[in-house]
Amino acid sequence: MSVNEEARDIRRRSWRDVDLRAVAPFAALALLLVVGALVNPNFIGMTNLANVATRSAFIAIIAVGATFVISSGDLDLSVGSMVAFVASVMILFMNSGVIADPALMLTAAVVFAVFVGGACGLANGLITTVGRIEPFIATLGTMGIYRGLTTWLSQGGAITLREPELQALYRPAYFGSILGVPVPIAVILLVTGIAAFVLYRTRYGRHVVAVGSNSDVARYSGIAVNRVRTIAFVIQGLCVAIAVLLYVPRLGSTSATTGILWELQAITAVVVGGTALKGGAGRVWGTICGAFILELVGNIMLLSNFISEYLIGAIQGSIIIIAMLVQRSLVRKS
Amino acid sequence: MVSEANDAGAVVLSARRISKSFSGVQVLFSVNFELRAGEIHALMGENGAGKSTLVKVLSGFEQPTSGEILLDGKPIKLPPNGAAEALGIVIIHQEFNLAEHLTVTESLFLGREVARFGMLDRKHMRTETRRVLDQLGSHVDENAMISSLSIADKQMVEIAKAISRDARVVFMDEPTAVLSGEETSFLFRQVRKLRDQGTSFVFVSHKLDEVMELTDRVTVLRDGQWIKTSPTAILDGESIAQLMVGRELSSLYPAKSEPDVDEKVMLSVQSLSTGYVKDASFEVRKGEILGFSGLIGSGRTELMEAVAGLRLRHSGEVAIKGETVLSGDVHATNRCGLAYMTKDRKSKGLLLNSGLTANLTLQSLDRHGKLGYLSPSSEAVALERAKRRFDIRVRDGSIVARRMSGGNQQKLLLAKVMETEPDIIIIDEPTRGIDVGTKQQIYHFISALARDGKSIIVVSSEMPEIIGLCTRVAVMREGRIVGMLEGDEISEQEIMRYAAGLKKKAA
Repeated sequence: MSVNEEARDIRRRSWRDVDLRAVAPFAALALLLVVGALVNPNFIGMTNLANVATRSAFIAIIAVGATFVISSGDLDLSVGSMVAFVASVMILFMNSGVIADPALMLTAAVVFAVFVGGACGLANGLITTVGRIEPFIATLGTMGIYRGLTTWLSQGGAITLREPELQALYRPAYFGSILGVPVPIAVILLVTGIAAFVLYRTRYGRHVVAVGSNSDVARYSGIAVNRVRTIAFVIQGLCVAIAVLLYVPRLGSTSATTGILWELQAITAVVVGGTALKGGAGRVWGTICGAFILELVGNIMLLSNFISEYLIGAIQGSIIIIAMLVQRSLVRKS
Repeated sequence: MVSEANDAGAVVLSARRISKSFSGVQVLFSVNFELRAGEIHALMGENGAGKSTLVKVLSGFEQPTSGEILLDGKPIKLPPNGAAEALGIVIIHQEFNLAEHLTVTESLFLGREVARFGMLDRKHMRTETRRVLDQLGSHVDENAMISSLSIADKQMVEIAKAISRDARVVFMDEPTAVLSGEETSFLFRQVRKLRDQGTSFVFVSHKLDEVMELTDRVTVLRDGQWIKTSPTAILDGESIAQLMVGRELSSLYPAKSEPDVDEKVMLSVQSLSTGYVKDASFEVRKGEILGFSGLIGSGRTELMEAVAGLRLRHSGEVAIKGETVLSGDVHATNRCGLAYMTKDRKSKGLLLNSGLTANLTLQSLDRHGKLGYLSPSSEAVALERAKRRFDIRVRDGSIVARRMSGGNQQKLLLAKVMETEPDIIIIDEPTRGIDVGTKQQIYHFISALARDGKSIIVVSSEMPEIIGLCTRVAVMREGRIVGMLEGDEISEQEIMRYAAGLKKKAA
């Protein structure tokens, strides 16, 4: 190989080094922003975009948890029902009035919700690993259980936070802002930052990727595979709980239909973000990008008026299928 | 008489000045190759020499970057993805291509099922399958599930599949890697028979003795270049090895150094049993290399996995440096300083889609930071050290394990296991499917580790390897240790006598 050729080869290689799968979601986001700006000039304004980001918070945070579960090679379909269940028991707890002081009550309720979320995730994890049931089936089962329990608790209606004092105290958790940044956006950034650190910079994160890409290799390397998978489900549960902490102050109530199809959105966000659905590669920031894309698509549909917003579920379903097709064609190329 | 006919045999498939590059990296440089009707043609070379690529180009799985392929003297563009089977060009893959949940008959007719009036004609397909299997002299049941077959039988089904498709050219990539001696000679008989009927074979193998025994002509590749094509009869093993490596192989095996008899016992296994392994007892001393020989399926890997805590044992005790460890407790075993290196580097050893660092430190992450945090600089230091120590050569550091040559993968796997700084290392098939040059390196690594005072168990199906490396050899047969050889007793004949059940250990 001549010097000239070698130089060309190196240049070509530096282009190849760019992982298309990591870049694709951000390129798609940029494209959407351009499309949105063309559709409606109000779209690109700071207020609208901040609104979109705020509304994407629930899905984004849940999807961060789903990134762990999916990277470790599993799947959690129960997250939507889990949101409804955790939110219900949290409001019921606050309505029970066991603690008189509102601030203390709120703190206890937050701890309680996080605990319930973690426990729900642990249940999913144990059923999958100790029970050795396909995660698809295990979480399909718990999806029914959590949803059913919510319907029963609410007797088919709504569960509403009654205490006005608590409501007033809790409201800023969704509607407030820190240093000009809306609280939900700050929470997204914080959760994602921690998740990225755990996934990319810790032993546990490395174990998740190893288990997801080949559980036999992980086992032969002395990794406790079932523990890694179970913890991923617990992380998912904790993320659901954090999403609930933002969700409850927004409306102050839940019903049997809360969180319906959120599992579709969360998994879509993860896949759009470039995480491989068969495990082995997690991209936390891509996931956030994916969640934002989903919300943006809805927003553009609302602002544009040429597609009915009632079609949003169909559009989101299409997005996950398209994302999978794109992912596969990118894999083939590399 | 056959070989005379072969010399005159018409050329079936040939390659002219074939070059092939993968995303800018050239792996074949203007290679010529021709295959005559009714010959067995060996394709040899070190790992990374371009054998597999040439096979893929000649079977249509890859298109050449330049050069042409001729079938029966006419230039042809082979159809991709195995469609070349229709032209009678069949490839038997190194990793089997059989769906585990199909029966033998279903596998044979997969994709070209015979139907009558729109219904599958099962009876006809079964008869036909039986006919082909009988023709091969195989006793495999045509109704058996693939998953229930031994590896050798699966190989036979692959060959039956090739024959049933009226193959004219059959590529076999390391077909004997998973076969025992007896199964190998059976396979060879079938191959010769088919050759005499006019089928041509391309035989890719690292095993010199098999090439000498079976093939009519040899083509040697080195670094993607054609080196020589010559009748096998005028070559010997040594000269082929030299053509492959391009240098003299002075000492494949390093000098043995025997440990003192009173060196302390590092690993002691007492009457260990699993489902298959029964009542296995042995000891390994400091600085010793203990070999485990036996036929495929004699229970060596199962025993070693039970010792390493990767598999539950039904009874028996394992003591590492005097400390007994519980059954199935891989963590305790690792902590005590015992590490097991799997023979299955692609599916149990390395994360094929991950890079060097992620693979190297996977088993020893707790050495690279505190409280679960990983320090990138500490990992980078480990990688540099491992590259130097085990001579891992890669074009660029961001390469994923899948794209590395078999030899480099094996070195990386050894480095990964050694990162845990074990005192006792069980190495299962240290050189499976790697080239002569890397083999020699690995033997020297093993020997150096033993001289450093590590205790090593080498499990191997390659007898020269066991004989060349080990100072003591245990022979297993049907789940039991049937012989323990030392010093001059260690010879191919003696090991074979135990392995085949002709001789048993004196109680």
